[in-house]
Amino acid sequence: MNEALLEVRDISVSFDGFKAINALSFSIAEGELRAIIGPNGAGKTTFMDIVTGKTKPDAGEVIWGEKNVSLLKRQESQIARLGVGRKFQKPTVFEEQTVYENLLMALDNDRSPFAVLFYRHNENDNQRIAALAEEIGLQDHLEKRSGDLSHGQKQWLEIGMLLAQEPRLLLVDEPAAGMTLEERQKTVDLLRRAAQTRAVVVVEHDMDFVRNLDCRVTVLHEGSVLAEGSLDHVTENQDVIGVYLGR
Amino acid sequence: MQGPLTQFLMKNPSVLIFLGLLSAFTMFAAIGSEAFGIGFISTSMIKTLGKTLCFCLIAIAMDLVWGYCGILSLGHFAFFGLGGYMIGMWLMYERTRLIVENSMANAALPPTPEEIQEAIGTQIFGVVGGAEIPVIWSFAHSLPIQLAFVVLVPGLLALIFGWLAFRSRVTGVYLSILTQAMTLALALYLFQNDSGLRGNNGLSGLQNIPGLDHVPQSHISLYFLLASAFALGLGFVIAKLIVENKMGNVIMGIRDNEARVRFLGYHVETYKLFIFTLTAIMAAIAGAIYYPQAGIINPAEIAPIASIYLAVWVAIGGRGRIYGAVIGAALVSMLSSLFTGGQIPNIEWGPINIVWVDWWLVLLGVSFVAVTLYAPKGIGGLFDIIKLERNK
Repeated sequence: MNEALLEVRDISVSFDGFKAINALSFSIAEGELRAIIGPNGAGKTTFMDIVTGKTKPDAGEVIWGEKNVSLLKRQESQIARLGVGRKFQKPTVFEEQTVYENLLMALDNDRSPFAVLFYRHNENDNQRIAALAEEIGLQDHLEKRSGDLSHGQKQWLEIGMLLAQEPRLLLVDEPAAGMTLEERQKTVDLLRRAAQTRAVVVVEHDMDFVRNLDCRVTVLHEGSVLAEGSLDHVTENQDVIGVYLGR
Repeated sequence: MQGPLTQFLMKNPSVLIFLGLLSAFTMFAAIGSEAFGIGFISTSMIKTLGKTLCFCLIAIAMDLVWGYCGILSLGHFAFFGLGGYMIGMWLMYERTRLIVENSMANAALPPTPEEIQEAIGTQIFGVVGGAEIPVIWSFAHSLPIQLAFVVLVPGLLALIFGWLAFRSRVTGVYLSILTQAMTLALALYLFQNDSGLRGNNGLSGLQNIPGLDHVPQSHISLYFLLASAFALGLGFVIAKLIVENKMGNVIMGIRDNEARVRFLGYHVETYKLFIFTLTAIMAAIAGAIYYPQAGIINPAEIAPIASIYLAVWVAIGGRGRIYGAVIGAALVSMLSSLFTGGQIPNIEWGPINIVWVDWWLVLLGVSFVAVTLYAPKGIGGLFDIIKLERNK
């Protein structure tokens, strides 16, 4: 386990007495693709909140990278700069701004106000943005206001913004929600390609989507890990069947 | 290869249009003035125009912090007033010193520095029952230092206030209330006689520039109009440089979805603090040019309502676009002085009696509600419609 990129140890958090996460342990290796499934209220989104610094757990450890940095004392922006990128459930792009501007903000350039204030557009960044736009299929929409994109295009733009950040770990929350069948397949391809160079964690409800991802699956239930393994392995697990069938 | 300046101007024609209109306006005012022109614009009108330009400048600051960065500050008039106080201290002190020295020059015995200090103290602080010159007036004799204070004092206040507020992640309406509390607290403090700034009397006689007694007010007012126009033009360009660059992308991102910007790795609080402080300084500079034209400043100027008016100007003009703020401030403040200055005849139809001084506020309130409900883009939104029509 020493080559784990992210290791979560025994974290617990409760909101008003409700245990959203209960002694959860989880780890993911560099360059791994992983799907997290689980019924509503299993703690999937809270898990992401904890890793990205939005929520502080009551107990436990979150350890990052080869230097074993604890993420618990870091702010959201610091965690993001360490290399954790997050895609939200609802597509959250900056609707008032163009696709180009959205990607520009996400590029892994210096984030200090002075560097941003005196930023000059340059060929290198423009090329990177063009390449990213190509990757997410938005090369013809660079100057379009992102609020005018279709739902699926917004999802891809957000994934593109995550890739622009050059994160080492990508947390993706329900990427396929509200997508057409064709858009789903494109999204699967996009995530699989992304996982070739970095670790990707996908939270998803849709079993077909998870099957297409073809990766190791972690099942969460009531804030802890119920089962882990290949999709076929976990769907044969009696506990998992019980949870999903409501027994 | 074009220079960055040419590129910027090509992409933002509104900068050239604005600077052109502003120059034409100043030229028109100079030609019409009593000082050098044909004199159909009175000196008091020149002052009103100059003051209006200062309002436009603080409106740009308000638009940056609210329209672009999403921080509804209802306290920026405090910075405007502080800027006015800082320059007012020098104006009042130096003028009083010159008068005192003049009147003492004919005395049988040459006055000692202590006597001069005491006479100045009595002159300035007699109204609040004191003769001692307070410590905060230590540098009032020095124009460069007081000019530096115009920037430093409000800037530092904004920096400390903003740091405390943003660090605790106070946002939205709670932040607006905090800024109201800040400006109210400052006004209440200044109202006290022992605040060292003459309590509710404020500072007066600011239109008289020390050492320029021989220059008539008609000239001085025109110089201040030019200074106001220059500051406004500079403010417009700086604001445009900020919002049309990556900084603009980031602060608009903060306005629309603060959490998302944080997850992109930007330290949101630092950005807010930068914009808040920068706009406070812009407001302070506007105030420092405004009050020598107004002639008097007192704590009532920074009452909470002033900052609310500022938000109304920007909302009516159209926030999220720099020229919208300018239009709103110019239009509403000019209309305000028209309606409250007695230029519009009151209406008396039997039982209905409309006195504009009272009804102006009702009118303003109704138009604010109407703009918020039916034209959230304000007057500036009209330009979008024109653009759309042309592109059809």
